[in-house]
Amino acid sequence: MDLDLTRDQKILFNSAKEFLKKECSTSLLREMKDDANGYPPKMWKKMAELGWPGVMIPEEFGGMAGNFIDLVLLLEAMGEVNCPGPFFSTVVLGALPVMNAGTPEQKKEILPKIADGAMIMAYAMNEAGIHYDASFVAMPAKADGDAYILNGTKLFVENAHIADLILCVARTEGVPGSKDGLTLFMVDGKSKGVRTSMLTTLAFDKQCEVVFDDARVDKDRILGRPGKAFEIIETLTEQAALAKCAEMVGSAQRAFDQTVAYAKERKQFDKPIGSFQAIQHHMANMIMDMDGARFMTYRAAWEMTRDLPSASMSASMAKAWTGNATHKIALLAHQIHGAIAFCEELDLHLHYRRTKAGSLSFGDEDYHLEKVARHLGL
Amino acid sequence: MNFSFTTEQEAFRTEVREFMEKEVPSRWRELGYGIWEEDDESWELTSQWVKKLGQKGWLSLTWPKEFGGQERSHIYQLILDEETARVGTPSGIESMITIGWVCPTIMVFGSPEQKETILPKASKGELIFCLGYSEPGAGSDLASVTTTAVEEGDEFILNGQKVWTTIAHRADYCWLVARTDLDAPKHKGLSMFIVDMKTPGIKINPLTNILGFHSFNEVFFDNVRIPRKNLVGQKNLGWYQLAMALDHERSGVGSPAAMDRMLHELIRYCKTTRRDGKFLADDPSVRKRIARLAVEKDVLRMICYRVTSVQEKGGVPNYEASTAKVFTTELMDRFANTVLDILGPYGQLDRNSRLAPFNGLFVRQFLHSPSSVGGGTSEIQRNIIAMRGLGLPRG
Repeated sequence: MDLDLTRDQKILFNSAKEFLKKECSTSLLREMKDDANGYPPKMWKKMAELGWPGVMIPEEFGGMAGNFIDLVLLLEAMGEVNCPGPFFSTVVLGALPVMNAGTPEQKKEILPKIADGAMIMAYAMNEAGIHYDASFVAMPAKADGDAYILNGTKLFVENAHIADLILCVARTEGVPGSKDGLTLFMVDGKSKGVRTSMLTTLAFDKQCEVVFDDARVDKDRILGRPGKAFEIIETLTEQAALAKCAEMVGSAQRAFDQTVAYAKERKQFDKPIGSFQAIQHHMANMIMDMDGARFMTYRAAWEMTRDLPSASMSASMAKAWTGNATHKIALLAHQIHGAIAFCEELDLHLHYRRTKAGSLSFGDEDYHLEKVARHLGL
Repeated sequence: MNFSFTTEQEAFRTEVREFMEKEVPSRWRELGYGIWEEDDESWELTSQWVKKLGQKGWLSLTWPKEFGGQERSHIYQLILDEETARVGTPSGIESMITIGWVCPTIMVFGSPEQKETILPKASKGELIFCLGYSEPGAGSDLASVTTTAVEEGDEFILNGQKVWTTIAHRADYCWLVARTDLDAPKHKGLSMFIVDMKTPGIKINPLTNILGFHSFNEVFFDNVRIPRKNLVGQKNLGWYQLAMALDHERSGVGSPAAMDRMLHELIRYCKTTRRDGKFLADDPSVRKRIARLAVEKDVLRMICYRVTSVQEKGGVPNYEASTAKVFTTELMDRFANTVLDILGPYGQLDRNSRLAPFNGLFVRQFLHSPSSVGGGTSEIQRNIIAMRGLGLPRG
């Protein structure tokens, strides 16, 4: 047992932080907030040159053949700077399900493009009436000759507006509430009958409402077997939940580090405020939340790399803990900074926003606690 | 990054588990006592048990070979602690004090003679210390102790009072901090002593704790003569030696395993017990509360593994050990309180009450919770985390 990063992991993590320090400044974040695309293509291209989008993609498809821990470390580094862009939706929500369920032809078509940074992906599951449970997907896909016709509205689809390929969950059989009958379609993001509009969100991320209006998808553009997508979605949700944990850990860590520095330097009553027990106790609570979130996330990631059966419960445990823990850290970071942190100018609100948004994505605390309860045999 | 145990380590776990299952006396299980619950019978069981562990060499698992230890890595200690906690063996507060705190400090600061008299016997479970730290006027502010040890020839003359002295009435020695320089600043005038509890002038007054047991005491020292050879390390440097002893406190890295056992029993109970027309396990709020305990238990496990991981690399955990202590005690409190809530009116039934679920285990645990102040309150631990872990300035 050794909870430290290996030498290679440290190199990856530190070089990622180094890169992001240079490329992802706080002024860039502010520009991107109001940018129509929401990310600088130049930065995305450089990330691709470093191999990031292909971090877990096998070498034969031009990837780095890394494991889930490597992915977690990149996400943590991106979380620290609240990095905007298509990484999460393309790599976690795109490459992973294709690697998991794609045919050799599909992998050959899609994965090299992702690894090159030439393809941006989005994942469309959610719709009205759903929080997290995909079995309630209602959107119909009707067979029509060699194609399916998709009609309906998807919500919370990050980066749909720039996506080359949208993975869309639709119902080819059965009724909402049934796990059977769900199918994963690979829809060309630019195809006729797909309209996106931006949702205004807490964390300035680019989440879209996507209307499928008689959108036509060829029958061979299906990931996995028709009607049998639920299992793929379950795996994807688990991976995405854990990947969100990594982002939240990074985001909270930066807020925490800034707060430690501030508490040493800011003086009131002629003393650094970090010398006051009220502040010290807040910060002791923060580090316990921080360490808990980090090592729960690392453990689940480590178990995933080994395909351990316990990984599923560990991922849910990590997500159930990390959302609330990182929120508390971000909130206390504000509290300790005082009024200055309430100004737009400081970055703290970005961490406050990101940690909460992460907590609400891919299963909130309640959702994952219920999963844990089932794993426990309740 | 690696969260697994090696084949050898797993084999050791199996060995320990089999030993525990076979050897824990059935009478101990009947008594169902936890820590800070003791009477003559349970003490006898406990002493025999500790000696048994001593014979296996499991009290001195991580000690250097020169002191009779096995020089096993801290992971082995973790495994031993986990398996001990999982089974619930005769309580180990006395070996925790002697083995966990006192002996490691003697190894560093003790004289050759002290090492020779104390360590071999302690490692066999044949010698027990109590801790002479707290006084009526010195709790969290431990450095303000007023018990004095005045040098006189080859002896120190000890006068004063200690309190909350767990097992003083059974211990062979007291590991004691006393003031040896009245004029120095309070941290700089303290020394550590090994005091033979049979020395004339020591009076022990029992205190009954809220569990209804006599575990701790008041101890009075009236012109107690301590031979100079029982001074530990250097005179007036006691505070620094004591701080190091606190670092070695093993912070109960096995407690998540004890919680595993309790959760397991709780889940079985909830699946088979109907209340208000349905099984407790079907109540969404019960499911959520149990799941949250399971998550927090694993967070604690990660925090404990972190302590071991630091030790494994030759480091001395400081803030990590404090986080483990705070988290353990506060989670134990939430754990017991949550279970009593789930049990509703049945949560009031104490041990040996006919209808008591788990024979009152969680009522006992609930009553244990306020003992979390022992070994440094959560507030003091948080100060340590902030100052030593994060480098925040002293207030």
